[in-house]
Amino acid sequence: MRYDSLLDSVGRTPLVGLPRLSPSPDVRLWAKLEDRNPTGSVKDRPALAMVERAEADGTLKPGMTILEPTSGNTGIALAMAAKLKGYRIVCVMPENTSPERAQLLRMWGAEISFSPAAGGSNEAVRVAKLMAAEHPDWVMLYQYGNPGNALSHYETTGPELLEDLPEITHFVAGLGTTGTLMGVGRFLRERVPGVEIVAAEPRYGELVYGLRNLDEGFVPELYDASVLTTRFSVGPRDALRRTRELLTSEGIFAGISTGAILHAAMGVAKRCLKEGRRADIALIVCDGGWKYLSTGAYDMDLDEAEDALEGQLWA
Amino acid sequence: MAIEVRIPTILRQYTDGAKAVEGSGSTLAELISDLETRHPGLKDRLVEGDALRRFVNVYLNDEDVRFLGGLQTTVDDGDAVTVLPAVAGG
Repeated sequence: MRYDSLLDSVGRTPLVGLPRLSPSPDVRLWAKLEDRNPTGSVKDRPALAMVERAEADGTLKPGMTILEPTSGNTGIALAMAAKLKGYRIVCVMPENTSPERAQLLRMWGAEISFSPAAGGSNEAVRVAKLMAAEHPDWVMLYQYGNPGNALSHYETTGPELLEDLPEITHFVAGLGTTGTLMGVGRFLRERVPGVEIVAAEPRYGELVYGLRNLDEGFVPELYDASVLTTRFSVGPRDALRRTRELLTSEGIFAGISTGAILHAAMGVAKRCLKEGRRADIALIVCDGGWKYLSTGAYDMDLDEAEDALEGQLWA
Repeated sequence: MAIEVRIPTILRQYTDGAKAVEGSGSTLAELISDLETRHPGLKDRLVEGDALRRFVNVYLNDEDVRFLGGLQTTVDDGDAVTVLPAVAGG
């Protein structure tokens, strides 16, 4: 397939069957390989969409600075777009993220401001909001509340899925900014009667939930619970186990958040099988495993690998 | 048998530092009321009016109770309930 530039090649990712993990010919799993995007993650879609919307409405002009709180993939995607389009970019990233993420961000030219580990992405959001107030000339695209995030999935990921899998009955994705689930979920609900939209939310170690009080909690502005059918919390052990299972049984080398999504999808598949319902379950492979090699996720003993993720933002 | 309830760090002041406590009841609301008898103050941090507080997530066997039946969700002996504050992901 030919494109005018790298930015034009975002999206149109393959949907591949998972014949070995699917429990029966009537209950099938399908993986959308979002690691096949230019910077290797699903975030290329919302990043490019948010930049182009900001350009279109005049908020972002040549030479300006983009600011974004990110645990990695969105920042990496924005840095690539910023480099090609000539913007400076500053990312606020929690310090408890894998070293590969910082390396990649710098590689694409981003400046990184680290936020404290305790509080995870909550802290990154808080710090980024303070920096935005100090630098009114910077443009914070703010993935948690930018409608362009969900819209990119409504306009691209959703239609691609329906075109490749018209018989889709379930869609399973990770819940972070909620953009993927809101966008794809709305698109499918408008067109597929009875479709179920299932969220897999990573459950981190205690450090990440280190708020001073409950009122500091955070629900992304994009989140609309009515789009979801249900929502599962997946801990690091199940996520790691499924990440490895995806690799050994289907040959797909994915990041750890994909393991969490697969875990939820397998739960859905098991339920459908038990109830004798036909199901075609599509799930998102958010990124490849490359950025997580240093965590030991793929080669350590499972107990050690789980311990190594304690306190880390692994999804 | 009883229902195990995992408590996040931020609410352990109500459970004498315990990471998990046990309780009983046939619904989540009853379970929380039962916990309140031994851990006073906990209920008010979890519930506001007749719903869970905005920044509190409760999972029954890893599924978000807001999609099951909220406070009226049926619970059984042997179930695992996890309470977590809502935080940013992504």
